[in-house]
Amino acid sequence: MMKHTKKDWLLAGLTGVSLFVILLLLFVLLGQIVWHGAPVITAEFLSESPGADMISGGIWPAIYGTVFMTLLMTLAGVPVGIATAIFLTEYASPRSRVAKLVRIAVNNLAGVPSIVFGLFGLGFFIIFVGGSLDAILYDDPRPVWGKPSILWASLTLAVLTLPVVIVTTEEALRQVPGELRDASLALGATRFQTVYKIVLPNAKGGILTGVILAVSRGAGEVAPIIFCGAANFLPYLPTDLRDMFMHLGYHVYALATQSPNVDAARPTLFGTVLVLLVLTFSLNLLAVIIRARSRAAIRS
Amino acid sequence: MTEQVLDAGEPAPAPVTRRRVTLRPRRARSKLESSFRTPWWHRAAERTIAVFALTAIAAIALIFIFIAREAIPMFWEAEFAEEVQIRDLFMAKEWHGYDDPVFVWQPVGEPAKFNVIPLFVGSLKVTLLAMLMSIPLGIGCAMFIALYAPRSVREVVKPAIELLAGIPSVVLGFFALMVIASWAQATFGFRFRLNAVVAAIGLALTIVPVIFTISEDAIQSVPKTLTEAALALGARKYQVALRVVLPAAIPGIAAGVVLGFGRAIGETMIVLMASGNAAVMELFDFSTSVRTVTATIAAELGEVAQGDPHWRVLFLLGVMLFGVTFFLNIVGDLIIHRLQKKLTAS
Repeated sequence: MMKHTKKDWLLAGLTGVSLFVILLLLFVLLGQIVWHGAPVITAEFLSESPGADMISGGIWPAIYGTVFMTLLMTLAGVPVGIATAIFLTEYASPRSRVAKLVRIAVNNLAGVPSIVFGLFGLGFFIIFVGGSLDAILYDDPRPVWGKPSILWASLTLAVLTLPVVIVTTEEALRQVPGELRDASLALGATRFQTVYKIVLPNAKGGILTGVILAVSRGAGEVAPIIFCGAANFLPYLPTDLRDMFMHLGYHVYALATQSPNVDAARPTLFGTVLVLLVLTFSLNLLAVIIRARSRAAIRS
Repeated sequence: MTEQVLDAGEPAPAPVTRRRVTLRPRRARSKLESSFRTPWWHRAAERTIAVFALTAIAAIALIFIFIAREAIPMFWEAEFAEEVQIRDLFMAKEWHGYDDPVFVWQPVGEPAKFNVIPLFVGSLKVTLLAMLMSIPLGIGCAMFIALYAPRSVREVVKPAIELLAGIPSVVLGFFALMVIASWAQATFGFRFRLNAVVAAIGLALTIVPVIFTISEDAIQSVPKTLTEAALALGARKYQVALRVVLPAAIPGIAAGVVLGFGRAIGETMIVLMASGNAAVMELFDFSTSVRTVTATIAAELGEVAQGDPHWRVLFLLGVMLFGVTFFLNIVGDLIIHRLQKKLTAS
């Protein structure tokens, strides 16, 4: 090992400071939210509907709406994402045009701004798909499908989270050793049997990680659902796919920017943010744990 | 002539007869044998997989088509032409009551003024400011982690930054609005509580993880032989870091910066909540409130009737935003791709 000179210390110090700044900001952020948010969280806060002023009462409809929407999103998006990853790793040859095109599309999809997804959800799902359904099924000028609803919001977010599922699943499939595939094929199994019986079971952990990461990303996105179905204030729970819904993130946005008395709303706001953070972080943590476990299992 | 003679000498070719293949009598398949046969649904599943794989391509196409579909009628609609001239969307105009040609975004004014330039200026201003903060921070973190940090620190920091990347942007916007804004006003004495600087700090929190992750990857993947050769020649560690590792990792870092830029310009909730949202056209004053493209769409679309000129302009903003980020993504990917090729080749 060599001796460090003054300039070495300087560079290490400067780069170390930038790391310190980031960690400090993260610490302050989490600290503030837990510090102000934790006292607000009571059983009533979690289980009651908000009052008419949106400040009093609880946030149960928002929690319920977020979870419901996330479930729908997962049901719609995850199978497609996993299928795409299987196609890319197991079927398409790396040089194939289609595979290249799919990869480019996935990368670009990941970079599309979330607000553009909102416009897409409005222009495609609500106006085009919903509007067409209404025109075909009903004579009534009042929209049944062609209006913001939990279904369209979930589908929009499913498209948004698709790249996350695809990229992480692809990574998980690539970690399955090639020897396993070769052995299976050599024994006379077809390609599909190999994928279904050998590759997928071995990549289960990694795939689950991807799914959870996507869910956590989708649960926190607000911009796409502003026009696609999130409601400002809705004291009842959505029971139908065509209902609008309350959402934790949207609730934070609405309360923080549109409330006439922001100071009075402060405690409720911090409490809501804390709930949202706990929801997304516990999902992230779960993903990290599962990933670590599945990696250890593959190594051994 | 000779050929014919030769031909005549040859025996005529025997007519091709197909021997009839007699089918073996059917017998029941043994259990073992039928377990080898692939069920019909395997093929169906494979077809489904191939079709599903095209969803991503379809999604990109549909996004573009259906946003453009709401914007494009502006070029021929009479209702639009009555209220807005396409030229005024991009060029300065001397409106009634103004002394000079100006760029104004005032959708509720009489007449409504839809000039998109102030919005793009706002987006660029906040984004550039955020980049100025997050590039040194992100690259600094990456260098520290890759070159100096002991293993134990690395194992804490990488998950911590992943955690930062996992925070929903509405939470970061809330943090900027509630905490950073008050702190910044107390520290720097801003006239307006919400301004470009506050929004940029919030944005920086989302970009740092992007730049950090990609830069760290790039630094880690600089071949060990390079650094070892430099050290063997007697270079100091800082010299190796600045003159060998950093230049070799520059393309990767550049990709991180490009992707971070794309991320920042498309970010919505943070700027919507923390930038103050006044569409003032100030190029260099960072203490004033700004209004970005994304925040404009998010804040105004909900109150506009479908098919209104204002509606069309907002979707046009979406198309332009989509175009810009699409371009940035392609550039970023291209850089990463080149880098990978270069490193695997060497």
